[in-house]
Amino acid sequence: MMSDSTAPTLTPQQLFRKKAAGEPIVPDEQEKPNRHIVSVKLENSVGALNRVLNLFSARGFNLESVTVGMSDEPSVSRLTLVTTGNDRIIGQVMRQLTNLVDTLEVDDLTGEPYVERELALVTVGYTVETRPEIMDTIEIFRGKVVNITEDTVTIELTGPNAKVNAFIGLIRKHGIVEVARSGRVAMRRALPYEQPDE
Amino acid sequence: MEVREVITVEKSRSNGNSAGAVVVSTDRAESNGAKVNVKDAGKVLTGAEILIRSLEAEGVEFVFGHPGGAVIGIYDAMAQLNPTFEHVLVRHEQGGTHAAEGYAKATGKVGTVLVTSGPGATNCVTGIADANMDSIPIVVFTGQVPTHLIGNDAFQECDTIGVTRSITKHSFLVRDVRDLAQTVRNAYFLARSGRPGPVVVDLPKDVIAAKTTFNYPAEPQMRGYEFPKAGDPRLVEEAAAMISNSSRPLLYVGGGAISSGASEYVTRIARSNGIPVTTTLHGLGAFPEDDPLSVGMLGMHGTWYANQAVQNADLLIAVGARFDDRVTGKLDAWAPHARIVHIDIDPACISKNVPCDCPILGDVSAVLAQLEPQIRKADTSAWLEQIASWKEECPLSYESDDKLRPQFILQKLRARTGGDAVVVTDVGQNQMWAAQFFSYNQPRSHITSGGLGTMGFSFPASMGAAFANRKTGRPVISINGDGGFLMNCQELGVAAAHKLPIKVVIMNNGYLGMVRQWQELFHQERYSHTDLRPSNPDFVQLAEAYGCVGLRATTPEEVDAVLDKAWAINDRPVVMEFRTVTEEMVFPMVPAGARTDDMITERFKPEDCA
Repeated sequence: MMSDSTAPTLTPQQLFRKKAAGEPIVPDEQEKPNRHIVSVKLENSVGALNRVLNLFSARGFNLESVTVGMSDEPSVSRLTLVTTGNDRIIGQVMRQLTNLVDTLEVDDLTGEPYVERELALVTVGYTVETRPEIMDTIEIFRGKVVNITEDTVTIELTGPNAKVNAFIGLIRKHGIVEVARSGRVAMRRALPYEQPDE
Repeated sequence: MEVREVITVEKSRSNGNSAGAVVVSTDRAESNGAKVNVKDAGKVLTGAEILIRSLEAEGVEFVFGHPGGAVIGIYDAMAQLNPTFEHVLVRHEQGGTHAAEGYAKATGKVGTVLVTSGPGATNCVTGIADANMDSIPIVVFTGQVPTHLIGNDAFQECDTIGVTRSITKHSFLVRDVRDLAQTVRNAYFLARSGRPGPVVVDLPKDVIAAKTTFNYPAEPQMRGYEFPKAGDPRLVEEAAAMISNSSRPLLYVGGGAISSGASEYVTRIARSNGIPVTTTLHGLGAFPEDDPLSVGMLGMHGTWYANQAVQNADLLIAVGARFDDRVTGKLDAWAPHARIVHIDIDPACISKNVPCDCPILGDVSAVLAQLEPQIRKADTSAWLEQIASWKEECPLSYESDDKLRPQFILQKLRARTGGDAVVVTDVGQNQMWAAQFFSYNQPRSHITSGGLGTMGFSFPASMGAAFANRKTGRPVISINGDGGFLMNCQELGVAAAHKLPIKVVIMNNGYLGMVRQWQELFHQERYSHTDLRPSNPDFVQLAEAYGCVGLRATTPEEVDAVLDKAWAINDRPVVMEFRTVTEEMVFPMVPAGARTDDMITERFKPEDCA
């Protein structure tokens, strides 16, 4: 009944049984951590966020990024979580998350078509010599200068997590003074892009 | 091994997006007692009065509580309104929560607790955690400092919601008196519906004093709360096929079957299809243990033959059970030949510890009702013969000599009551012996603290069960060790004041017996701090001091006389101290984390268990 194209992570018991039966174990079936991006709609009420975060900390998962803000409805908050962990255990945490009275919708976007954005503010040092190169880089990444002093410039940049990482990596050599990143916000693509048939 | 990536976890998108509340309602939702007319509807009342009228509207029969500064207004209103429920003044808040649990377990209704802020609330924490682990519906109302002082380290302030967050099904802080009635409605609905559990309602003092127009809402309003009802027909069909094709099936029945009222279904399915039944600690009574199909309890201290059945079954039908580590032992080696059908109401329990081949989410009763007509009887006669021979090979047993052994006492109690009693056990050896040697034939006849393992649970819980059975006259027996009993013996006075005829059994071996057993078996007999003899009281005098009757037996011959005397008394608790053998151990046993196959069936040599 293994209908999925990707093999699910197996439990220790299943691995034990497979080994006992002499069946080969596909690398994907081993316990391994994966990054998960989870979008949660929850009641905009006191303590609701706490309950959600509690579930992760209680299992010893570090949350790489948490963003919370309002959704289209004032009474509903929208939360995007990024965490890394064993698929099977994250799956159980998702179910516990769904069980919470305060959550209205829980959606694990991992492996689904989705859009994500992150905002970063980066302050970097410059000199007369390096300034053109920095401005070029900002231009290429479609960033914006939001503040400038005699020797530093503060840049606003939005984009997927990877783009922000790339930008910070490129600009690092000029001497980063400060970085503030918002964490990711994400949602499913309304119409997944499909490769047209040839 | 076939595996299905289980359960679609969807709080359906459409519901999540719709602005209207998702109103869910089941039969169980209205089952807390006789329909009570809502009094004072439409009048302007204080928060305290609203709370009392709301509890009446919920059909609350008993409130186990202890007053204090933050809830003095509620107690004042109680004195004036003459409510339809009875308030029981407990002597420690922990006793109150356990009493509420005992009441809830004995009746299936929601237990109610009312305590003050700060220490009142923190004293409830153990009981709340216990109810959470064992899925017991209770609602705990805690007082709180006035809203303008919250967070100020005010007198008797405690962040009750924060402290109890991870041990409740849900909790509410009522910040506006206008939300109070709806919150009470939601709290009771949450506690009893779906997978039951404890709900905390924190009531700031100014909210209790504020006034508003009272109307008790007809429906709960929680748009984020849903629970499964009937099972997915496709999966039910698949499960029926699996059962129909199995030659070595085994029903593995847990507490969910009892809280869902499914024991009739379980019994019918087992009997008409020749499927043997094992139960968990909380499942005891869901299937009559005197039926030849019953193999008793499974797990760490279950019967040897139940564990043999698990290890050899080709199909496990888990019904409202959650594959606890005390059941499975070493997970890798548990039930190695079995495919698993798991019927449960909690999505988070499916494939949590053990992968499941056919998960059916839903109310156990509803799913079994769907399943029953679809099963075709398979030939299980060889399997039943095998089980019968295992039963003969290694039955539950104990040494019988001239010493007073706890198993003997339990068999005596069983014989005296004919099994028609509510047995409330504490935690430890007494609990395991009571599970093994008092055979249970009816649901809700066995109450214990399973998940959390709370010593001191039995007596206050038996008090709750005794209140629940005050009209039925069904005897309530509290089974204790000498260690656990002292942890909540202050409630003796309460039970005596209310003339509850509880039969309290203390099996006094002078030790923390279960810890001693582990020390003997696994820690080279270093009995570190488990000897209770220097600090134990005289239990007979203790009972008398609280206005109860105290009796004592030290030999097997004296047991009958003590029971005769105890059963002649019906207007107060009787405390029976039995001086039992210190060295007695609970067998059989699967050592913690060991393979279920490696069960110790009797005293063993240390070299056998390396």
